[in-house]
Amino acid sequence: MSPWVYGAVLVLCAAAAVVLVVDLVRDRAAQDSHFVALAALELVVLVQLVAGSVALARTDRDVDGVTFVGYLVTVALVPVVGAFFSLAERSRVGTTILLLAVATVAGLEVRLWDVWGAGD
Amino acid sequence: MPVTEPAELSSGWGRALVFTYGVFAVAATGRSLVQLGADAGRAPLAYSLSLFAAVVYLVATTCLLLGGRTGWRLAALAVTVELVGVLSVGTLSLVATDLFPDKTVWSHFGQGYGFLPLVLPFAGLAWLWHTRSGVLTDDAATGTDHTATPEP
Repeated sequence: MSPWVYGAVLVLCAAAAVVLVVDLVRDRAAQDSHFVALAALELVVLVQLVAGSVALARTDRDVDGVTFVGYLVTVALVPVVGAFFSLAERSRVGTTILLLAVATVAGLEVRLWDVWGAGD
Repeated sequence: MPVTEPAELSSGWGRALVFTYGVFAVAATGRSLVQLGADAGRAPLAYSLSLFAAVVYLVATTCLLLGGRTGWRLAALAVTVELVGVLSVGTLSLVATDLFPDKTVWSHFGQGYGFLPLVLPFAGLAWLWHTRSGVLTDDAATGTDHTATPEP
């Protein structure tokens, strides 16, 4: 799996987290810009889902395929579920939920890299 | 006696809590399925505890989501079990390392998960205490102070 996708996901997570924390401190509800950031993140993790699956099929590494794809799918689901939860709370709770979702994606991404690198 | 409307337990900060519990329910279930599927005999105690933690998180998530009086009680029970679990497993995993050849969600007080498993039951209990009377004040809806005691 390309380290560029991995890096892009983590950079987007970090950028989104900074914006979310700033607006959380300012006591603002989730903004359109937050959802755009989350959509960008979702796009990258969807690319990752495809690229990761292709990489898994081609690699000769000893990767636990079920776990790996499980992580790929879960990472792609978290921003969507988080966005829906956030839309139901138009207060700083909604902003917090987006932050939790972004943190979850970052956490899963790190684990995903561990699972991929397990064959080394 | 806790009297809660179904909507109140899962709205406001409760929604953030349901999201976090949901993530842990999925994480713990996934972990325990992988562990039991790979080699169930390697660490029977740790793997049983992983499965147990998964069930606790699933029950807590479901009950917080459903709400109501029964939901509140079951959620309180699940969160209390979770607190006892993370404290005892966390301590045991440090003291009796030979019991845990593989990790569980609660090993080392949830170190592998940013210590969130240790924080989560306290947040859960605080929220359940806050919603115990079923009278959600407006501050909970706007999220100004989720630990404040509701007006009697």
